[in-house]
Amino acid sequence: MLVDGIKSRPQYPGLTADAFAKVHVFAADGDGAQAVIDLFERQGRDINGRVIVVYADTAPGAPDYASRLEALPVELVHCMPTVATAITRLVGVLNVARMGTRIYASGTETMIGLTVQLAQELGMDPATVITEHRGSRARRVQCVHCKGMTENVTTNIVTCAHCGLSLLVRDHYSKRRAAFQGVCVDAEVRGEIPEITEIFK
Amino acid sequence: MNQEFKKTTFRDDYTFYNSPESIRRFPFPFWEDKYMYSVNIEPHVKGPAGSVYEFPIDINEHYVSEMADRAIVLKEDPLRCQALPHMMLAQWDFLELLMTSMARDYPQWFSLTTEGDHWHWINKPLGIDQKFTFGDPSTLPQEPMEYIGRQCQGDFSIQDQRDGQLWMDAGIITTQADWSLDFDVGMNFMEWHGPVPLAHDMKVFDRALKFLLNLQLGQPVRRLNWTMTINPRLDTSPENFHKWGSDRTTVTPENVGDKVHLRVELQALFRLPRSNAILFSIRGYLIKLRELVTVPKWGRRLPRVLGSLPMELIDYKGITRYRDTTLEWLAKYDDGQPTSPGGGPD
Ligand code: HEM
Repeated sequence: MLVDGIKSRPQYPGLTADAFAKVHVFAADGDGAQAVIDLFERQGRDINGRVIVVYADTAPGAPDYASRLEALPVELVHCMPTVATAITRLVGVLNVARMGTRIYASGTETMIGLTVQLAQELGMDPATVITEHRGSRARRVQCVHCKGMTENVTTNIVTCAHCGLSLLVRDHYSKRRAAFQGVCVDAEVRGEIPEITEIFK
Repeated sequence: MNQEFKKTTFRDDYTFYNSPESIRRFPFPFWEDKYMYSVNIEPHVKGPAGSVYEFPIDINEHYVSEMADRAIVLKEDPLRCQALPHMMLAQWDFLELLMTSMARDYPQWFSLTTEGDHWHWINKPLGIDQKFTFGDPSTLPQEPMEYIGRQCQGDFSIQDQRDGQLWMDAGIITTQADWSLDFDVGMNFMEWHGPVPLAHDMKVFDRALKFLLNLQLGQPVRRLNWTMTINPRLDTSPENFHKWGSDRTTVTPENVGDKVHLRVELQALFRLPRSNAILFSIRGYLIKLRELVTVPKWGRRLPRVLGSLPMELIDYKGITRYRDTTLEWLAKYDDGQPTSPGGGPD
């Protein structure tokens, strides 16, 4: 079961404007802000109606994305300190969203994954979220044994933050859990652990 | 079939074994001396008396023991049984299919009497006598899928059909070959098959999905799938992989015949009438290699299949560590004679 190249990995085709949406909700973290800015540059005239941005200001090196987002023709930028607080804010924004709302998600796989998960929980079709990956490839990993989530995983093998088992990070991805699957890597022979390398940068 | 139910275990002391009749009816999955994935789907029609294909739902000598094992798994990990809220109608479809088939095909053990929505179900082997209102979950001790799933051999998942896809939106899965219902619930056909090697590129899943989307009511289909398991362990879940994974290192030339098991899944797919969902039944059969080689044709063929299996399949099925030891043990059963086509014994 420990095979690579799994096909349930999500694809992120890139942001494109929905010219028919009445409300555009952008969820972004870190360098995902640049994807929003680029979209406005490319297709700004296709974005009509209200625009709301929920931004997790997590970009390393402080490139002042927040004020650059505010300079766009948007109604409001909710600038939040972390992905978790941004998602909480997004719940509030989407709870009052009406028909004709289009959701865009850009940034880390975690930010995109949590946005898609939220859309699904709110009864929307998760496939309608328009996504673009930018920045870190760090993963959110669910331990298949204790079900605990380990955040920001950059290595092929990680110690579960909850139960402490060494987990192989698979490509198998669940949209509902917004997480990759982690499976005990040394279950057959305890302590027999392959070389640990940073592969999700 | 007039048989007694065995009291054996699938954990701890592992007392599971097959009677000679149970060996003869084992669904040996290899119809030739090699194996590769294919769209091996055929109509799930009635087979010869006594065979695993005689009835749509096969109940055999391991019934009571398997249900006891399922109860232990569900007690320790309730997430092995999950249904998304929109699947309630499909749960009732599922309960109806199982109760009507079991009562019709095994009247000595099960009975169902219905008067409109008032149903009366009796399960003699498990000592259950239940009156309930069909369609009203509050009249059963568990939700319908769990209720009847605890009383029927095999794992079950129920797929909702929408947007030209199948979605695994419910299931009771306690004897799986290393995949997680909790992780896969809500995935579509391509996503939950993501980890399978080679078959995607062979277009196996594209063709299988297309076929299933057109599955007709009353025309179920079936296929066989297989893997190998060390010890007769039913719960080879990823959830517990850290507990059973090390069993794979315990195979020695002396214990191959008793420890190594061929594990075959008779998978059937049924269109459900009210919900239009598809039921996937995964009826697993275990056989020790010592039992398997009592059928000379199987003893000849298995080493040929295992010896020529593509590396990707060996790794995916988790056989890597004990394949060579197993092949050495099996070698003496292959006398080089040709084998007849098909899986059944000669
Ligand atoms: C809707 C019904 C079906 C369900 C719910 C289902 C479910 C699954 C699951 C959960 C796995 C394990 C994947 C993993 O490693 O995580 C699997 C494996 C597989 N499935 Fe299906 N499946 C279905 C129908 C089919 C059909 C019709 C085919 C026909 C070609 C098929 C072919 C396979 C193959 C070849 C494997 C790899 C098995 C192995 O080598 O052990 N499946 N399936």
